[in-house]
Amino acid sequence: MRTTVRRWSLALSAAAVLMFPLASWAQLTTYDIDKRLDMESHIGNMTGHAKDGKADYRRYCVVCHGPLGDGNGESFPWVDPKPRDFQLGVFKCRSTPTGTLPTDEDLFDTIARGLDRSNMPQWSTFTKQQRADLVAWVKHFSPRWANEKPGTPIQIPAEPEVTADRIRAGRDVFARVQCWKCHGVLGQANGPSAATLTDDLGRPIAPYNFTEGARPKCGETDRDIYRIFMTGLDGTPMPSYADNIKPDEAWDLVFYLRTLMSQHSKEKEMAKQLNLKPVDPNAPAGQQ
Amino acid sequence: MHRYKLAALLPAVVLICFAALILTRNVNVSAAAEGKISGTVKLDGTAPHMKGIDMSKDPYCSKAHASDPAHLETVVVGSGGGLENVVLYISEGLPASASSEVPTSVPVFDQKNCVYTPHVLAMDINQKFKVVTSDQTTHNIHPLPNPMTGNIPWNQSQPPGAAPVEKSWKSAEVIPVQCNIHPWMHGWFVVVKGPYATTDGSGNYTINDVPPGSYTVTAWQEDLGTQTQKVTVAAGGAGTANFTYKAK
Repeated sequence: MRTTVRRWSLALSAAAVLMFPLASWAQLTTYDIDKRLDMESHIGNMTGHAKDGKADYRRYCVVCHGPLGDGNGESFPWVDPKPRDFQLGVFKCRSTPTGTLPTDEDLFDTIARGLDRSNMPQWSTFTKQQRADLVAWVKHFSPRWANEKPGTPIQIPAEPEVTADRIRAGRDVFARVQCWKCHGVLGQANGPSAATLTDDLGRPIAPYNFTEGARPKCGETDRDIYRIFMTGLDGTPMPSYADNIKPDEAWDLVFYLRTLMSQHSKEKEMAKQLNLKPVDPNAPAGQQ
Repeated sequence: MHRYKLAALLPAVVLICFAALILTRNVNVSAAAEGKISGTVKLDGTAPHMKGIDMSKDPYCSKAHASDPAHLETVVVGSGGGLENVVLYISEGLPASASSEVPTSVPVFDQKNCVYTPHVLAMDINQKFKVVTSDQTTHNIHPLPNPMTGNIPWNQSQPPGAAPVEKSWKSAEVIPVQCNIHPWMHGWFVVVKGPYATTDGSGNYTINDVPPGSYTVTAWQEDLGTQTQKVTVAAGGAGTANFTYKAK
């Protein structure tokens, strides 16, 4: 009887000792596949379920984004820009700061909006529930959603009234933070650094040309444009300016950018009346 | 009867295990009369030619280098063949208590005259570091870690006069960092676990705060790769590890 107790205690202490490394190992494991198949998305009151998004993904998305979500689908060789690698969890169009995960709404909106000048169309035929389910399925490919929360969306103050002063101030911001280094002084995507730009995977990428009538990648409203330069487009050379442009100045810059775009706008009309000249790339910093 | 014994034994065993674990940890910490590891890293052979950098795209940058042309810094060789910008760290043998300590110092990565200074910035996991700009031209600071490691890429602009960017990294990784506006600007964040050092212009280094023990020291050079050596450090003593890289 004594020996059984001893044997048991031995076994137990061995088990207890073994538990420590096991417990810490389990914490470090990022790959929790079961958990990720249960991935959900939350869009307002709607809940998307990864499992319900699988069929649509395999029908509509897999040809580019691939069965593993790594962007390596059958059409990968013929598509430019290349399909997004969902495993990395790095997305261009976010409402959240650079280096953070997008919100579910961000992905939900991207599916409906599509990405202009790419092979990603506007998926306007999907119901909202289908889109929500697809968002959950897209999220399940990356271990990041198991370990991190999306960033806190940047605050966008109410849009002020466009004035001549604001457009002029926006031109100063354009000069100060040197948007023209890539986008060019007229927004023609021909700045001195435009030709050598590459994305995070080393593939050539062109800056946005404001003058061609193309829609900006992450939305065409004033708020979208505000968000684009304040969050940056992760995975591309476009950085976040959130630390260096104040919210009020950001609206000024949005108005100035409108003057560069080919579409007719109030801002464009006002700039013409002001006889606004393009910024001078050779002017010393702070003097335009 | 012995079922009760067993029930009493279980918590006792678990308690003893806990106590043993905590005790051994404390012993490690209190016995640490910390020593150091130092040495020199040299290049054996002719230093490779470092190409000049054409900065004419940005007149501010080219003007800053008018009298002192900029060169690539892939292999920087100083007096007596000493290799600069080699990161040395302890890759094996460090007790958990020493490797989880995060230094309070904040290493600084400067963008000066359109070049990264230093070219290689080493840091501990979770150690804060600062990116500053001394330039009157806009840079974007864009580290490119592999997101699968837990380190997440980000990309921030730093126009003239911008405030420092303060960040840290979650896992050990050699992270390339670049400026897309000035494509020649390329540097490294070398994130390691535990104490580390970077060689100076003469190839010398000292890793401080090393508890006594036997270790493997790894040297990392961006172009010439890694080397390892076994080193023993006595309590309060100094270990030596000199490295020699063959020129390519």
